[in-house]
Amino acid sequence: MIALIDYGAGNTRSVVNALDRLSVDWTLSADPAVLNSADKLILPGVGAAGSAMHALREAGLVDVLRATEQPLLGVCLGLQLLYERSEEDDTECLGLLPGVVRRFPDGGVPIPHMGWNTLRLIGETSLLDAGMDDAHAYFVHSYAAPMGPETRATCTYAGVTFSAVVQHGRVVATQFHPEKSAALGAAVLRNFVTA
Amino acid sequence: MLAKRIIPCLDVSDGRTVKGVNFVGLRDAGDPVELAAQYAAEGADELVFLDITATVEKRQTVTALALRVGRVLDIPFTIGGGIGSVGDAASVLQAGADKVAVNSAAVARPELVSELAEAFGSQAIVVSVDAKGHADGWTVATHGGRTDTGFDALAWIAEVQDRGAGEILLTSMDADGTQAGFDRPLLEAVRPLCCVPLIASGGAGTIAHFAEVLAADLADAALAASLFHYGTLCIPDLKAALAAQAIPIRPC
Repeated sequence: MIALIDYGAGNTRSVVNALDRLSVDWTLSADPAVLNSADKLILPGVGAAGSAMHALREAGLVDVLRATEQPLLGVCLGLQLLYERSEEDDTECLGLLPGVVRRFPDGGVPIPHMGWNTLRLIGETSLLDAGMDDAHAYFVHSYAAPMGPETRATCTYAGVTFSAVVQHGRVVATQFHPEKSAALGAAVLRNFVTA
Repeated sequence: MLAKRIIPCLDVSDGRTVKGVNFVGLRDAGDPVELAAQYAAEGADELVFLDITATVEKRQTVTALALRVGRVLDIPFTIGGGIGSVGDAASVLQAGADKVAVNSAAVARPELVSELAEAFGSQAIVVSVDAKGHADGWTVATHGGRTDTGFDALAWIAEVQDRGAGEILLTSMDADGTQAGFDRPLLEAVRPLCCVPLIASGGAGTIAHFAEVLAADLADAALAASLFHYGTLCIPDLKAALAAQAIPIRPC
């Protein structure tokens, strides 16, 4: 069973719809017992880092997520929350990945980075297939995660090359929205579910 | 590289599309869900649904539409038409829409844009601006162009960005329906003061019209309705032609 972490994230319904299209069983829960007994976890996310961490804290899930041992997929803001900090609302995040999530520089191209951008595969990950190099995925974000040893695919916008897909131990995440990225996104979700 | 987006727009009333479609093989051309799936399969990058239902049950019909579309569609979609409050937007976004578009309600009460951005984040808030040209600039029209508010369109676009709009859907009321090309002077005036993504709308009639504004980077996306609905232009042909002109697009 896949458990989606229920903390009011804006794209929860869209992720659920995508799992339904793949005929994957899921449950939506904020109950630590349910989350700990799930095979895999998904941390969805749309919105601001500050209010998202506040919601996770209110639900008593911050330490639960830090301590879980199952595979965990972060999506969009769910990726950013895995890092130590976000510049957005100067927020302390989960700290499962090192580094600080920073805002794209203002004054040049439009912010948010919104639309279909190309992935550059730079490492092995169970989430991606080789054919996804240079393929388009759907992004919507104003803040981006740094490059690091955990980076498996990059994307470039506003002169910044950032982590589009990361993997570190049990933790994997996508800055793009697999639930809105057509066939590529479906394949990414299927890879997470079946890996 | 970030692709330029091609966005079909569907007008929906009481859960049915209201403009004619001539897709071959659709069981029910009036069903917005089936039509949306067809556009997605053809390579549309995103869809906009404009709900023009004029009943008091509007919130329920538009929420039901978002729920049905969201189950089927694996690309982003925006719902506009009659979003007048945070509550209206919440029901549509929680049902699975990625963005809401506001127009007349925001002009009537600009605080709505701030409230929506605060509640859902700028990325979910599209402000739809219907601009009407005059000798000395553009004013904002509402109610499908029937009302000219007299507000300066450029000032309005600046204000809604300050209030947290995450995207501007700019429709030229002068070009709309003409199929004579997007309103290039309007886009040239708006683009420099737009620090969020800009969707060009109104006037598309040929592939060259899309190529002209996208190659010149006058918009991040281009929207059309009748052109696609009546089969004048199909998305695979449009995208192939744009790609051949080295305009960044997502292949179908």
